[in-house]
Parts: sequence; C-alpha cells; structure tokens
Amino acid sequence: MKNSLNTDDTLENSGLTEEEQLLFSNARPRAYEPYPIKAVEDFANWARANSLWILAFGTGCGAIELRPLMTARFDANRFGVAGRPTPRQSSVFIIGGYASVKTLKRIIRSYEQMQGPKFVICLGICPINGGMYFDSYNTINQFDQYIPVDLYATGCMPRPEALVASIMALQKKIKAGECDGANRYVENFDWYKANQKKVIKNWDMPDYNW
Amino acid sequence: MNDLMERLQRDFGVDDITVRKPALTTFRVKKDSAETLIRELRDREGYTHLNFMTCIDYIEDGIFTLVYMLHNYDKKLSLGVHVDISRENEDMVSIHTLWAQAWTYQRELREMYGINFPGSPRLEEDFCLEGWDDIPPMRREFDTKEFSEQRFGHREGRHSEEPRDHMKVELYPNRGGDEK
Repeated sequence: MKNSLNTDDTLENSGLTEEEQLLFSNARPRAYEPYPIKAVEDFANWARANSLWILAFGTGCGAIELRPLMTARFDANRFGVAGRPTPRQSSVFIIGGYASVKTLKRIIRSYEQMQGPKFVICLGICPINGGMYFDSYNTINQFDQYIPVDLYATGCMPRPEALVASIMALQKKIKAGECDGANRYVENFDWYKANQKKVIKNWDMPDYNW
Repeated sequence: MNDLMERLQRDFGVDDITVRKPALTTFRVKKDSAETLIRELRDREGYTHLNFMTCIDYIEDGIFTLVYMLHNYDKKLSLGVHVDISRENEDMVSIHTLWAQAWTYQRELREMYGINFPGSPRLEEDFCLEGWDDIPPMRREFDTKEFSEQRFGHREGRHSEEPRDHMKVELYPNRGGDEK
C-alpha cells in the first residue's frame, strides 16, 4: 500500500516500515517567509526576542548550567526566558556540551518537532570541535554538520553569566533579523539529512519529525 | 579470611591470592568453576552484594580478565574474583540468576567487548551504542582516533601542543624556549 500523498517532492521515510509510513507525514519542511512590510517583521522579531522559551532537555554536562538561570541569583525571567517541558512549546534549544550519537538522534527529533521560529545555542567547546572528546568513538565533533547553530558560547563549561550574555547576544541577533538557522536547515535539508544518516546507523524515524 | 582462602584453594584451586588492602583480597579462578565459587561465596560466606563486574583486555596475552567484586556487609570485606577467558572464544557463564542487576553489566560487556553470556536477558539489545556497525569499541585493537576522524571528521584549525615544549616557549620567549 502506498501513501496516496506521495509526490516527487515528498520524503522517502525509508527508515520506517510500510505500515508506519502511512502513519507519519512525508512532507518536506518549508522555509519561513518574513512579512512583506519591514516594520511588521521588526515588531515580530522584537516580540520573539523577548519571549525565549528554552527546551528543558539537558544533552550534556552543560545542562547543569541551565538550572541556576531560573534562580533568584541569575533570574533569567527578566529576559523573558522560561523553561518548557516539551519541544512543541519552546523556541530555543540549548545544546549543553558534548552530544553522543544516541543523544544526537533525540536532539534531531526534538529540534524538528519545535515550531518555528526556533534558535539553537551551543554551550561549551565540545559542539565546536569535539573538545576533550575529539577522539571518542561515540561523540560527534562538529555539531553544525547536523543542526544549524545560531550562537556559540564556548568554554569548558561556560558559567551561567556567559549563558546570560549569550541569551542577550541572541536577542540582539534576533532583533536584527539575522537568526536564519531554521531556514538554513530547510534550504540545505538534504545535506543535513545525509550528514545525520552518516552517523546514525539505526534510522527508524521519519525523515522529518513533524 | 585465611581459612576461607585455604578452603577455596583446596576446593576450587584458586591461585594468585593477593591482599591489596586490609579489606580487599583478590584471587584468580578457572572459568569452569567461577560460577559455582561465586554462588558459594554468596550463599555460604555472606558475600551477598555484587559491587560491580567489569573486564580488562590483555591483548598481549590474548585474554580478557573478568572481575567480579563481591562485598560482605557483616565482616566489611571485599573479594575480587578474577576469571581469565580467551579473547577468541568469548563465552562466559551468566550470573544473572545470582544477582538480577548483573544482566545490565553483561549487556554492557557484550556491547563494549563482544563477550557473550548465553541465557542473559535482553543481551542482544543496544545499550549505549545504537546501531553500532564496527568491532566493539573497548577492545584494544579498535582505534578510536581513526574511527572518530573517519566517521565524525575534524574542523580545520585544531592543533595540539606538547605541554613541555609549549611551556618552555612561554617561560623563556627571549631565548627561543631554551632553558639555559
């Protein structure tokens, strides 16, 4: 049985069985198009920058740095930052350091489930070039090969102050309309997908997790 | 402790008895009698707790050494049971019937070293390495650096310094890193 919605421009979802293929969408992601009026787009960006909801998914040792952000000492709420338990409700994905291949699969799944506009901050040196795990058999070395990154906060580990600074830098970038990570992901979708499938050998999920 | 060791020597032929610390003794036992010996230690001698089990790869000798660390809460003593198995014929008797938590260790050992424990539950399931398609990574013939370079690639511009030479240049810049 073939999915009746199949066209030339749909995804193959070859990791799924035939029964499962009927249950999942095979549509490609679409790029975000800004409002034609610049003032409206600027206003939307201002609103986005002041309501950054973070996905509470600790993917590495940097997850420890996320916890103090919500305490009285750092008080990230003054930037409109809030923690969210599900990718559907969040707009910022903070990659907390190293990502093993097993975690990367969950990261991809969560990132694709997030609704746009969405932004990615990478904490620490590990997502940049592997850090101390540069020769590990199970830890990826260049995170931006798999997911587009908007901002890096390097260090091992950066303290919460650095995280607050990177949130402020992200706000500045969003207000300037320079955060196009999600669009880059759509435009180079096949390249990203090929990279992801090169390291994740048991691909048993849809090609795009709607 | 000496009585126990003498009895184990007589009954099971254990050797290589080493007192590492006052509360820790290790010894080596043949693969065939290992399970019986561990069962005896648990049921008769009060070594009721399995701290951990792990494996050491002696590639030069062609063996894996399995280490079972047992603990006696009454006497506050630990026993390390070493068992040598061949690297080629990597089968070992499962001890998940003695301690249920052992099957998690055995699952990990199968994934990391390729040791088979026939009868251990969920042994074939992936543990940490999902979809692993190479030789088990903790075996010493596995080259992690080469694998990482080939699979994950490296960003341009990364370099490393020998700490000793680097610090010499840092400390004596006028002399070009010459100490004298």
